[in-house]
Amino acid sequence: MKNRLIALLVSVVWLAGCQQEVPETVRSGLVYCAEGPPEHFNPQRVTSGTTIDIISQQLYDRLLDIDPENGNLLPGLAVSWQRSADGLIYDFTLRQDVKFHQTRFFSPSRPFNADDVVFTFERIMEPSHPYHFLGGGNYPYFQSVNWAALVQQVSAIGPNQVRFELSRPDSSFLSNLATDFAAILSAEYAANLLTDGQQALLDSRPIGTGPFRFREYQKDVLVRLYRNTDYWRGQSAMEQLVFDIVPNNAKRMAKLLTHECDIVAFPRLAELTLISERPDVKVQESTSMNVGFWAFNTTKAPFDQVKVRQALAIAINQSAILQAVYFNQATAAKGILPPTSWAFEQKLPDAEYNPQRARELLAESGLAAGFSMDIWAMPVQRLYNPNALKMAELIQADLANIGVTANIVSYEWNTFRRKLSEGEHDSVLIGWAADNPDPDNFFSPLLSCAAADSGSNRALWCDPTFDLLLSQALSTDNQEARRAYYLAAQRHLHAEMPLVAIAHSQRFQAINANVEGVIINPYGGIALFAARRVLP
Amino acid sequence: MIVFLLRRLFLLGTVLLGLSIFAFALGYLFPGDPLQNFSGLRYIDSTQRDLLISEYRLDQSYLAQYLAFLERIIAGNWGLSFASQQPLLQEIWQVLPATLELTAYALLLSFVLGVPFGILAAIKPQGVFGKTISGLALIGYSLPIFWWALLLIMFFCIGLGWFPSGGRIGVLYEIPNVTGFIMLDIMYADVSYQQAAFHDALTHLILPTLVLATYPTTVMIRFVRDAMLEVWDQNYIKTAKAKGLNRLQVLYRHGLRNALLPVIRQIGLQFSALITLAMLTEVIFSWPGIGRWLIDSIYQRNFPAIQSGLMIISTLVITVNMLTEILHTLFNPLARKS
Repeated sequence: MKNRLIALLVSVVWLAGCQQEVPETVRSGLVYCAEGPPEHFNPQRVTSGTTIDIISQQLYDRLLDIDPENGNLLPGLAVSWQRSADGLIYDFTLRQDVKFHQTRFFSPSRPFNADDVVFTFERIMEPSHPYHFLGGGNYPYFQSVNWAALVQQVSAIGPNQVRFELSRPDSSFLSNLATDFAAILSAEYAANLLTDGQQALLDSRPIGTGPFRFREYQKDVLVRLYRNTDYWRGQSAMEQLVFDIVPNNAKRMAKLLTHECDIVAFPRLAELTLISERPDVKVQESTSMNVGFWAFNTTKAPFDQVKVRQALAIAINQSAILQAVYFNQATAAKGILPPTSWAFEQKLPDAEYNPQRARELLAESGLAAGFSMDIWAMPVQRLYNPNALKMAELIQADLANIGVTANIVSYEWNTFRRKLSEGEHDSVLIGWAADNPDPDNFFSPLLSCAAADSGSNRALWCDPTFDLLLSQALSTDNQEARRAYYLAAQRHLHAEMPLVAIAHSQRFQAINANVEGVIINPYGGIALFAARRVLP
Repeated sequence: MIVFLLRRLFLLGTVLLGLSIFAFALGYLFPGDPLQNFSGLRYIDSTQRDLLISEYRLDQSYLAQYLAFLERIIAGNWGLSFASQQPLLQEIWQVLPATLELTAYALLLSFVLGVPFGILAAIKPQGVFGKTISGLALIGYSLPIFWWALLLIMFFCIGLGWFPSGGRIGVLYEIPNVTGFIMLDIMYADVSYQQAAFHDALTHLILPTLVLATYPTTVMIRFVRDAMLEVWDQNYIKTAKAKGLNRLQVLYRHGLRNALLPVIRQIGLQFSALITLAMLTEVIFSWPGIGRWLIDSIYQRNFPAIQSGLMIISTLVITVNMLTEILHTLFNPLARKS
């Protein structure tokens, strides 16, 4: 009996331990371990980088793309474009013979054309559009750049010609079209769904023109994509692409080491040196346009007072945070714009740490006895803030020095973002990663009045002086003049302090050593089209 | 026997009644709007609100509301999940089989290992073998399983690379969900890599099963050992020995049968502990079962899901408890007397 048992045990372990022939489906598949689930599958409605990484570059194309090397615009679904002399009319010539995805739930009857572009942008702009209110009519990115007021009309002037008519010249318009949010959807698929009364599926069972097509989404478990064999840039080398959703950092790391994941999003900075020593893992590093910040809800007392915000800003020890949270793999931030941007204001002073002065400022605001506040810390690890909870604890300790009691609050990521948009927070530790190289991308989506309405302005700050500077900057095409406006905007921000910029982080990615071709775009999500496995 | 059965069924009914009242009360006890908590709808417009209020009888007495709640539960209309806006019952049916599968394998393993080792330990309780088994059982019994699980992951997954660290099957294997039981689903799946998928699922299964089985196995060993020792002292064993039966015969015909009777009852008593441990195991091994689902729901403040999850799990535990007790009584006439 005993012997037989042991024999059985040994055989089970042996069976599990021995290497079986790995089937083709596994060899030709790639697994990306993501830090969180996608909210849905329509980039137009997203602002979270988690969702953008999973869906944008994989499932969709845009009219224009951004060269990851130098930030220049490249032709995407549009092969060429022309701007009228007054800067109000843009004509795009579209690429022909681009096919939409053929899937179990949709077979396209025609190639991509101007109707799809018109459909895509009208959905965002027209409240009467049958799809506009799907998902609540929220298009955070487009609302934050005031798209509806900027673009008056999108029309097809030929089967492969599209015209955008603007209400005023806007120097960031083309950059906005190249962001991950401006993905082109299929008008035919939407029309079919409308006939079947299944509108909601448009954003949950996506159809695009991108290098991969949608197969299935098991909620909070995985997203499965297959390659688009008709992709206009050629076929991806990987037949299958799976996004395995692993919110726990340690588990993601474990899965990298056991080779269950080929690519791991956001490895912990503390572990970077450790994993880069392993021969089977390589660490990719790239500069990225991003900023981690601490935003105050300026609609709530006492954060509506400038002096209180300034006091809190100088009460925190920025260099300690850089050391403990970013492991010095980041640049200390002076303002929200990263130093790599051409509009960066060099003259801003370095962040100050002065608890004594902070206490005086509080006393001048009538808060000498201190007060109590909430710090919301995001539950996920993002590029701009690898560990918001730890940062919150450091800030909590710093604030205790000036007599402010801070409570740390956190929820599950989607819940967190929903409550944040509803303005329930006192202050929040969050950040922003750029979607395009235009400096406006750091100002309008984050701190304009339009963004305060759409919920992406975490400080809920609305300042006419600042908004005026932004619109003046957008209305000119002269780069020197634009720069002057942005410099003024940065100085204004520094004086008003609606948020405290903390750091600009490097982007890291841990990759299985035999995977190549993973492109990290400094202005947006990851692109896995060119990824392939090379056998050693 | 019939009186006994009726009494048990009556008890079952009372417990379920209490449970349903508690679940109903949760709709009010959770923060937020009771209508949202009951329906699971995140956004309710005014026409929908009126319609739901009359359907749920929220404008009437608590008793009427409770009855309406019961009707919905019985009809299978459990409301929607806050997080996904999908029907809850459907979500539960997707995750429950994974838990049952894992629990069943663990329970099976605890039998296969626990009973023979318990007997071995009882044969010579003071011998080296008996003492070793008892000692190991004591260690296993006291191990915090999350720590034990992490140790195993460290050693077997990261260190040796023998097993994957989580999930039910490699994510690149596309196995459609038919029954929810992964082994069955692989058999049903129309794919060319069935054999490899089966092997892969097995490697995923070993560590979670081992971890989950640790506690019940040790309980089983200690229980079987104690039961055997007690039975071994009984007069009828001495009689059997005196009749000249050899050791194996005595063990099988008289010892085992009587010693294993209380073990059946033990399963029922261990089941609730097992489900709790299954939740921990699922979280550690990313096993997509109801435990992980429920813990995610708690983290997401998904009140309707918490309500339904509690209802399902408690009903399951109570029913299994009751069934094993009835089985025990069926096999053991002595128990019927009390």
